[in-house]
Amino acid sequence: MASQSSVSADPERPLVELRDVSVGYGDRLILENIHLSIPRGKVLALIGTSGGGKTTVLRLLGRQLRPVKGQVLFNGQDLAPLDLDQLYAVRRRMGLLFQFGALFTDLSVFENVAFPLREHTQLPEAMVRDLVLMKLNAVGLRGSAEMMPSEVSGGMARRVALARAIALDPDLVLYDEPFAGLDPISLGVAARLIRDLNDALGLTSVVVSHDLHETFLIADQVAMIANGRIVAQGTPAELRASTDPLVLQFVGAHADGPVHFHQPAVPVAQDFGLAASEKFEKAAA
Amino acid sequence: MIAAQLGQALRLKLAEVGEAARLFGNILARLPRSLLRFGLVRDQVYFLGNRSLSLIGVSGLFVGFVLCLQGYYTLQRYGSAEAVGLLVALSLVRELGPVVTALLFAGRAGTSLTAEIGLMKAGEQLTAMEMMAVDPITRVLAPRFWGGVIAMPLLAALFSAIGIVGGWAVAVPLIGIDAGAFWSQMQGGVDVWADVGNGVIKSFVFGITVTFVALLQGYTCKPTPEGVSQATTRTVVLSSLAVLALDFMLTAMMFSI
Repeated sequence: MASQSSVSADPERPLVELRDVSVGYGDRLILENIHLSIPRGKVLALIGTSGGGKTTVLRLLGRQLRPVKGQVLFNGQDLAPLDLDQLYAVRRRMGLLFQFGALFTDLSVFENVAFPLREHTQLPEAMVRDLVLMKLNAVGLRGSAEMMPSEVSGGMARRVALARAIALDPDLVLYDEPFAGLDPISLGVAARLIRDLNDALGLTSVVVSHDLHETFLIADQVAMIANGRIVAQGTPAELRASTDPLVLQFVGAHADGPVHFHQPAVPVAQDFGLAASEKFEKAAA
Repeated sequence: MIAAQLGQALRLKLAEVGEAARLFGNILARLPRSLLRFGLVRDQVYFLGNRSLSLIGVSGLFVGFVLCLQGYYTLQRYGSAEAVGLLVALSLVRELGPVVTALLFAGRAGTSLTAEIGLMKAGEQLTAMEMMAVDPITRVLAPRFWGGVIAMPLLAALFSAIGIVGGWAVAVPLIGIDAGAFWSQMQGGVDVWADVGNGVIKSFVFGITVTFVALLQGYTCKPTPEGVSQATTRTVVLSSLAVLALDFMLTAMMFSI
């Protein structure tokens, strides 16, 4: 495989690069002129407000979306012109963890993890079994192999999905909101898993998350996206020390700031009538 | 203004038709891969076929009963009650077998296909597959399509056979028609190619129609509970209408040949 050899040829080159990327639907741009490079072996966290374009970055990396401008490079290879077979060859080297796992509900936990192995390899059954149990062991669920997805909790489902995402030993793992809706124990487990698997398997990870505390603990680099742009980038410590008002608002979780509490709307007077608006304005004053 | 809206609506409809045709072509193009992994198709023949067996069997039996009673009512006026076996057999293999089976198949297997694919889409399972570099059309849609296309004629044949047994049960033990006359009239009057063959062609065409409509509705539905429920309803409505319309066209063509 050509792309495989390029890994060993240039280990210094970032695994993933976004060069001057803009993306949107119709006239509305969701991301504008984004530059981002993700070094090999690191955990990059993408943080930012809801609807700010974080998940769009993940969708660009897996080429579920194509940019309207700029390039998305994986291992130095531009993803946009690839045909379906070439794209699938690249995707085999990526794992994507969906927010709610997206497990195949008609297959057991074991078969879910075995799925990519059965689809992409001709390994004998005994080896598939060993590999699946190893992956499940890595996420602590070897004992739950025979359960169905409907029988496992939300946190466990996400760990199964993680085992499935790393089944083919990918170079890059993308995590879409891996901490959303998890209890504190599951959340800690998920965070530690992301870091440990990244280091043990030599992966590169991109984590999209709202959960700053856990994210800052495990990330090497953090990029903050707001209003379609990267507004801050650096190590977790650098972001904590930032004096940028937007970063301050986000890290400090303030309701109002550069990101307004109120969405744009017609004047209060128009919605409630003049008398009511005077009352509101007095109350506000 | 109205012209523009009409034009826009027509364009959207045409785009939908185009997308459906592309999906159909894509599924057909997957035939070699489906044959290579025939296990997936076999599983679908089981899911779609075996699990419809009881419905098809019971329906066939009752349709046979009724056909025989109604046929006898007319034929006995002309003193040819023995021909009721021939009437039952011809009605079933030429017409009712394929058509009623297709309508039942749409309700039993078509809806489950649409709901399954729609829910897989809503649960991001199809996207997950794409991200794992597994093509959902090859892995999910094509095996179900060929499974349905294989299962439908088998079910229709079974429906007709059980219907004929039902006809016999009413004609011979109940009404008292001579068993020899019942069977020999049938044997003499049913042609393998002209009658049975036409029925088989119909059931193949209906199998393709119903299964494809079900898959298309599931694959293109809105990934929400409401979207899946609407798609399931559309599967029954569209495939039933398509089966009835195609039946008329096929019958007209077969008569003219």
